[in-house]
Amino acid sequence: MMKRDDCFRILARHVTDEIVIASYSSAAEWSELNPRALNYFSVGAMGLASSHGLGLALGRPDKRILVLDGDGSLLMNLGSLVSIGAAAPKNLMHFVCNNGTYEANGSHPIPNPNVDFSGMAKAAGYAQCHDFSELASFEQQIGHVLGQAGPVFATLKVERSKPLTYDYPALYAADKRKALKAALAMRGE
Amino acid sequence: MDAGASTVTDQAKVELHGAAVLAAIKASGVEYILSVPDIVTSAGLLRPIARDPALRLVRVCKEDECIGIASGLHYCDKRALILIQYTGFLDSINAIRAVAVEYQQPICMMIGLLGHEPERAPAQSGRYGVRILEPILDAMGIAHDLISQDSDVAKVQPAIDNAYARSLPVALLIGRRPLPPG
Repeated sequence: MMKRDDCFRILARHVTDEIVIASYSSAAEWSELNPRALNYFSVGAMGLASSHGLGLALGRPDKRILVLDGDGSLLMNLGSLVSIGAAAPKNLMHFVCNNGTYEANGSHPIPNPNVDFSGMAKAAGYAQCHDFSELASFEQQIGHVLGQAGPVFATLKVERSKPLTYDYPALYAADKRKALKAALAMRGE
Repeated sequence: MDAGASTVTDQAKVELHGAAVLAAIKASGVEYILSVPDIVTSAGLLRPIARDPALRLVRVCKEDECIGIASGLHYCDKRALILIQYTGFLDSINAIRAVAVEYQQPICMMIGLLGHEPERAPAQSGRYGVRILEPILDAMGIAHDLISQDSDVAKVQPAIDNAYARSLPVALLIGRRPLPPG
């Protein structure tokens, strides 16, 4: 079992000009670890991170899109796995942090904490699917995973984190949306 | 008897041609159509769109996916139109509330009014689900236009252009089955 923030610290070392879409607990931790204009937090409705990612992946095939999803969130939008599998964007990398709980809503358990997300993604048509539960393995393989042609899916088996501060107004602030739009409009971005 | 026949004859002349709606969509710069099939727009719009090489159709499983996809595309300066049934709009209200309204994204929706009687205003429909649509849109502050005959098609491009110019959502309500081409 891993800690989500440890995974994100490792992931951050590999992130350069990717667009990173993070939701809820992942957003709270990623925004603290790696604040940057190319972070996308205006997901808004629970479950939609993967759909935002599909839109960005289609609109910017020249850039890699990393979705940092939650298990409770993805369960609310499982159909998106099929839509992404069908659209098959090569530049979409979809990570789900699987801690078995609705962490942002009181850490109540998801209906089945043992659900096989990577298996569902594989069946839905993702090109590459992975499961990670050991940090050393994740650290060793993440570079290779990020280099694969997508859509790529990876389940990160993580513990519940320490209590987080969810400052949604700050995450979703209009200036962040403007900064992202401006960064994407810049030549080379 | 004569008056009734005349009314029927007059109404028979009122049509909505899918080709005209499709031309207006393309004139508005839309590149992507995001859709869950709707029987109102199936033959007149969705099938021609699926055959049109100038448009990219993204078929999704549930209508709220379209809201996220359209927002992502907007960040990339790509225009999208969401083609769904009113039931899917109702099912997607939280996504629309958050992404389209609160985060001010130009989410453009073309919504088929299943079961709507074209001779009536939607607010006067016998269908409860149709009757409540415009009041819901008004309560959410979402601009809307009714497209139920060819003379309404002129509203399509300005509505989409305005949505993108102001970064706000818009709903185009399809009140009559568009006729397929040919």
